[in-house]
Amino acid sequence: MTQVIPHYPMGDAQPNRTPWWTYFTFSTDHKVIGIQYLVTTFVFYLIGGALAAIIRTELATPDSDLMPPEWYNGMFTMHGTVMIFLWIVPSVTGGFGNYLVPLMIGARDMAFPFLNALAFWMIVPGATLLMGSFFVGPASTGWTAYPPLSILTEQHAGQIMWIFSLLIIGTSSILAAVNFVVTIWSMRMPGMGLFDMPLFCWATLAAAIMVLTSTPVLAGALILLSFDLMGGTNFFNPTGGGDPVVYQHLFWFYSHPAVYVMILPVFGIVSEVLPPHARKPIFGYKAIAYSSMMICALGLFVWAHHMFTSGTPDWLRIFFMVATLLVAVPTGIKVFSWMATLWGGKLRLESPLLFAVGFISMFVVGGLSGVMLGSAPIDIHVHDTYFVVGHFHYVLFGGSVFGIYAGLYHWFPKMTGRMFNEFWGKVHFVLTFVGFNLCFLPMHILGLMGMPRRVAQYDPQFTTINQICTFGAFLLAISTIPFLVNAVYSWLWGEAAPNNPWQALTLEWTTTSPPHPHNWEGDPVLETGPYDYGKDYSQSSLVRH
Amino acid sequence: MKRKTAFLISILLALVVVASIWYGRHHGLLPAAAGKEAVLYDRLFGTLIGIAFGLFLIVQGVLIYSLIKFRRKPGDTADAAPMHENLSLELVWTAVPTVLVMWVAIYSFDVYTEMRGTGALMMAHQHHHAPVMVADASGTSPLFSPDATTEVAEPLALEVQAMQFAWIFNYPGDVASAELHVPTGRRIRLNFAAMDVLHAFWVPELRLKQDTIPGTPTHLEFTPQKTGEYSVVCAELCGSYHGGMRATMVIQTPEEYQAWLTEQQELAQAYDGSMIAGRLEPSLDAGQIRQLQSRFMASGGHLNHSHS
Ligand code: HEM
Ligand SMILES: [Cu+2]
Ligand SMILES: [Cu+2]
Repeated sequence: MTQVIPHYPMGDAQPNRTPWWTYFTFSTDHKVIGIQYLVTTFVFYLIGGALAAIIRTELATPDSDLMPPEWYNGMFTMHGTVMIFLWIVPSVTGGFGNYLVPLMIGARDMAFPFLNALAFWMIVPGATLLMGSFFVGPASTGWTAYPPLSILTEQHAGQIMWIFSLLIIGTSSILAAVNFVVTIWSMRMPGMGLFDMPLFCWATLAAAIMVLTSTPVLAGALILLSFDLMGGTNFFNPTGGGDPVVYQHLFWFYSHPAVYVMILPVFGIVSEVLPPHARKPIFGYKAIAYSSMMICALGLFVWAHHMFTSGTPDWLRIFFMVATLLVAVPTGIKVFSWMATLWGGKLRLESPLLFAVGFISMFVVGGLSGVMLGSAPIDIHVHDTYFVVGHFHYVLFGGSVFGIYAGLYHWFPKMTGRMFNEFWGKVHFVLTFVGFNLCFLPMHILGLMGMPRRVAQYDPQFTTINQICTFGAFLLAISTIPFLVNAVYSWLWGEAAPNNPWQALTLEWTTTSPPHPHNWEGDPVLETGPYDYGKDYSQSSLVRH
Repeated sequence: MKRKTAFLISILLALVVVASIWYGRHHGLLPAAAGKEAVLYDRLFGTLIGIAFGLFLIVQGVLIYSLIKFRRKPGDTADAAPMHENLSLELVWTAVPTVLVMWVAIYSFDVYTEMRGTGALMMAHQHHHAPVMVADASGTSPLFSPDATTEVAEPLALEVQAMQFAWIFNYPGDVASAELHVPTGRRIRLNFAAMDVLHAFWVPELRLKQDTIPGTPTHLEFTPQKTGEYSVVCAELCGSYHGGMRATMVIQTPEEYQAWLTEQQELAQAYDGSMIAGRLEPSLDAGQIRQLQSRFMASGGHLNHSHS
């Protein structure tokens, strides 16, 4: 396939650049909103990362010596909350979803543009409330906020702010999800059936359905918790006859699906990144699409695997064990399909593909430890230990964050109209990969050998391994520098990007970089399927621009 | 050519299998096994980590091979040969994991019921797992169903209180200790009561963990086998000093245990039944524990489900 790459001069040649101040307005353009989400959430990633660095510094020594232990509890609570609710969830749904879905299905915008902007701007009060709680003593009962601790807590004000912040952010994500479902369902361009959609749209649809079914339950639990906390009611407070375990059920009914909300869109990103950079069609399109829906369905019935030690009856433990283990099947289908996509391809070993392959490699580790955790007797030993911390960081960091980076590099030219620097992209990848594994692989050993999580002090026998983790964490902190510098520099001064630098076949690459305010100047044209690589397109407008 | 590849692949797979089995036995990832349940656990864990290790090798191997073998040669701008699907391959990688996880589920269920020393609630009367229980030499597993409890010896039941940030273990004869002493070879039942927030009783060497829940009694049963001192670790976030909420568990021979208990009982009598024994953990002295305990009793306590 021959490719005509247009040559823009360096500098400000792109016709459709959005003026910078637009990003500070209540814009209803899905592309502006998408970038608002991506940039805002990345800032919170840096905040969450700084908290992680503090956590790891405290854990460099066995004693609780960097700060008082109650502060430490605040640090990991805020770290977890920021990472989940202000980084991964809004970035993979609000960020990538908003930017990409309309472009991928040939729509001019989302179904409800006003609602969309509203959802984004709700993040602002939600985040302000959460960050503000640092000034009154932040919530310190973990991101799970189990009662009765969260009711008896000394950080009363911080806990209340935490609850209201989550209620606001949760509402925001419900609004965004409504938008995705309606948009994907009813705004596909003529001629695009459900099975002609790029897989990212399938993944976003599945994630949005999970948000809609589960987030209201979290909201209910949090509202009741706030009554207990502020009004002295006894929904979850055992001294008045309440049941703390009911809270756990409600919480995990949301929070396990939330894990899939954080990973399904990233599955979608990886399914988009692999084919153009491997120059091959995605392997097993339908299987991947169906497996997203299967994960969506199964994922709603596994929540109590977080409660194997909570005194749940045996039949419940068995039921949730079997359901949990079954999730491995659709997940495995995806992983194998991605591997088959790479197999026999012509891999362009640049940052997007490196991060996507890094994603597969690291996510599989999290998946394998996940299957072990799904086995109830295994979990009973390692529940609430560093084994679990290692596991979920392989999924959330090795999975979600690696996938987000793959997506950021892949769509950077489209979003900004400029190319990033490939050399620093590779440096970023190598540092992240090494730092990540140094930080999180040893945690599995810690947990198995006897170190519980959420502790500011630990048995001195674990010192060496903890120091390796801490070293890895510092390396991870350093690894974000090349990315940040590269992103900022390239966005401002990078080489102008052609419309389709990767010769990709999904619709977003048929418009200009960055896209026209209405996405396409004329009407979008559906010339090929999203993954029809290996055909001859020399006559197609995709290469003629 | 084709046969050569097939041969090579079989050799590699055989190596992976060997490596997995070896790793499953030599992972060295677990501390000593001090109880009967820990031995069962370690067998299951070894199997699962071995399988996981094999799958890890296969996936990473394929990825690394692909990155090297299939990288684009400079100047090659053509697409790769398209390959959209392969039904038999997809069936294999759907069916094999399904069978595998179902097998893991059944095996885990088996180990689970064996560790609990029960025929798991719903199966209590099917004798599905009866052989396992009969084979158990210490044979003291109580079943959940009341009618079955008569058949087996009573476990040694101890009342345990969890509070911010200490454990109290209660023995017959008014003995309350900050140390958990248990004899080998006898099934132990700990009945937990939490007096403030959630805690979790965890002894890594027993591979067992149980949350303690205010207002809801919970319990844990195990059979100690290996004498020695182990740490009781709180594994559920319970406040500022959660990380310091530890105690010592001493597994003793029945004779040593009896001697210890008698001594403690005498001490307790000498001190008017309110002596706290044992080396106390850093943050609490005997007076504090007594104070906490009376606060607990005054609050109505939750120790009314005694089995002893
Ligand atoms: C930037 C590098 C990161 C480092 C070094 C790091 C480190 C840690 C550590 C050491 C803990 C355990 C705290 C404890 O149990 O005492 C923790 C908890 C946690 N982390 Fe991270 N983490 C990082 C990134 C992330 C990311 C990207 C996520 C994505 C969602 C995340 C989510 C969480 C969650 C949910 C918890 C649990 C908090 C809790 O126990 O309530 N972390 N992290
Ligand atoms: Cu879960
Ligand atoms: Cu604790």
